[in-house]
Amino acid sequence: MKIDGKKRIWAEYQKDIPDDHFFYVRSCIRQTFFAGSEQTFLKIMRDDLGKDMFEDPRHTTCTGIGYHGDIVPFETIQTVVARHFALATEAGYKNIAISCVTSFGIYTEILETWKHFPELLAKTRESLYEATGRTFELPESIAHASDIIYKFRDEIARKAKYNLVDISTGKPLKVVEHIGCHYAKMFPNYGIGGAEFPHVLVGMIESWGGDVIDYPERRHCCGFGFRQYLVQANRGYSVFATRKKLESMEPYRPDMIVANCPGCAMFMDRWQYTIKEIDDVTYGHDGQGIPVLTYEEMAGLILGYDPWKLGLQYHNVQSLPLLRKMGIKADPALRFLAKDGSRLPEPANLINS
Amino acid sequence: MSAAVKHIIVAGGGVAGMEAAGALAELGHRVSLVEKEKKPGGHLLQWHALFPDHRPADEVKHYLNVRIKNENITLYTGTGVEKIKHHGHEVVVTLTDGTAINADAAIIATGFDLFDAHRKEEYGYGIYDNVITSAELEDMFTAGKVTTTDGSIPSRVGLVHCVGSRDEKVNNNHCSKVCCVTAVKQAIEIRKQLPECEVFCFYMDMRMYGPYYEELYRESQEVYNVNFIRGKVSEASVNINNRLVIKVEDTLAGRPLKMELDMMVLMVGMEMSKSGTLLAEASGLKRGVNRFLETGDHHYGNNLSSIRGVFYAGTCTAPMNITDTISHARAAVSETVRYLNSR
Repeated sequence: MKIDGKKRIWAEYQKDIPDDHFFYVRSCIRQTFFAGSEQTFLKIMRDDLGKDMFEDPRHTTCTGIGYHGDIVPFETIQTVVARHFALATEAGYKNIAISCVTSFGIYTEILETWKHFPELLAKTRESLYEATGRTFELPESIAHASDIIYKFRDEIARKAKYNLVDISTGKPLKVVEHIGCHYAKMFPNYGIGGAEFPHVLVGMIESWGGDVIDYPERRHCCGFGFRQYLVQANRGYSVFATRKKLESMEPYRPDMIVANCPGCAMFMDRWQYTIKEIDDVTYGHDGQGIPVLTYEEMAGLILGYDPWKLGLQYHNVQSLPLLRKMGIKADPALRFLAKDGSRLPEPANLINS
Repeated sequence: MSAAVKHIIVAGGGVAGMEAAGALAELGHRVSLVEKEKKPGGHLLQWHALFPDHRPADEVKHYLNVRIKNENITLYTGTGVEKIKHHGHEVVVTLTDGTAINADAAIIATGFDLFDAHRKEEYGYGIYDNVITSAELEDMFTAGKVTTTDGSIPSRVGLVHCVGSRDEKVNNNHCSKVCCVTAVKQAIEIRKQLPECEVFCFYMDMRMYGPYYEELYRESQEVYNVNFIRGKVSEASVNINNRLVIKVEDTLAGRPLKMELDMMVLMVGMEMSKSGTLLAEASGLKRGVNRFLETGDHHYGNNLSSIRGVFYAGTCTAPMNITDTISHARAAVSETVRYLNSR
């Protein structure tokens, strides 16, 4: 492996990410999948980096899942996204920060479509005005939230309380990174590092002390894929895709997986539980599972946030072995407490628990 | 010098330029042969043996070197041609070192560039060990040693056709014509040098258009047991033992295929050369949708340019093999002489 070859590609796929003043658009599914991730992103941006992040409660789903499931027409989703742009315009923001990779793909697809087919932009303006009375300016920039963390990765490293290092050996943790398909596969120029060797998560991992694993099925589907999962009859295919990845990464003995897409992080975590239940097979060290984190959760750990406030306990594969390696002290007994201190029901059969 | 002797500048000292220069000199004309590299020969210099008969490339190199050993030819090396324009009864050629040369006519033979395999990122050229180009494999044949980067003998080699050709993703719709037969020739050479090594060719179509190419293709299967799989390689990676892992769709079997290889050879195609592109832009020469120089007429004016007194020879107009390049260069000489005689 020649790292200079990767650097050559990374240099070709860089993009301008604004320094400040973002209109943040949340994901419709991430808040249930990873309860603390979006809040952590906002906290890092506001409290640790001192940035201006604006949210509008009138912002809605982008309808991307419906669009990819063939139940929301393209004209409709263009108008929904145009409404989001109108909210940003009304609030005076020109930089969009997007939480979800599916939404990011939708926004890029629509902006590229309007670039090549201006008549569709005109038609969308007309539809939006007719339906809501709103008008909008096109954003000056769109960035996935992982792009923004990537931009500030060195600043985060300077504030780090922990590193991606095994404190018992002093060696870097071995990290599998996985990028959502809709981040760069449709439009490689919109993704940092392009589609084949994305750098967005690699950059974070390396800045924070970890080593990245490049394994044969690195580019393989995580197991989400709208049609694989949404159609119940296809779910076996979804599990099979995840299993293929896990088997491929297993010989490298990864300490964790990090992803920038809701579906990827969700399914690589949940299907480990399913596979364990069906076949009693796990893919981590010593019979354990491999913790799957979002990049916000990873950044939060680096900055010393409480793992249970990050929501790591709500993953099927628990992160306790990872926390121990990083030297993070977290009491497992405090995992499932409500805000008022009362005890929540504890899920059964969690992995690494 | 007799009144009939003319001065012609030939831009490019590859196969086409050398043949054109030699043919013009043989007719008694004065030729300035301009080559941007340190020595003439072009891409042929890198070849070990030629298809379809495995003839040593040195024989053709020798033929061309003898061809330009003529007192009527002045060879300029280490300088390219920047611009050509017609002025009065002459053409004025500006070299990249700033020198301006007046001549009666010019032949452009700036050739092609090999496709830069880095652009097909999914194959990991420049990233993974043992992903090489067909040109680099030819170097190994010349050195008499086909080995992996750790010096071991490969037990399985894959040759990937159409790298940078017939590929919208890299904006090259054209077929480079010679890659299929090159792959067959190279597959046979690997089998000859390494009889224990398995060889797989991954192709879209086998375009065996030239004389004896089909026979070579048949021989590769019947005598040398080369395996041909119809399908494009979609991606390459390495496993924990640093062995290449590729994914292919076998379109005849109708199923995806995953295979480990010790070496993957990318059959890089032809593109319009950068130097030819700059020359065309500076001189106002038209280029086709494939970005090669557009000829005056596709059927009967295939050496004609849009500038009076300027003619084309060889692969600056389209991909072609050595045989066709030499024929095309001779045709360019014929057109040039006809033009000079008609002035």
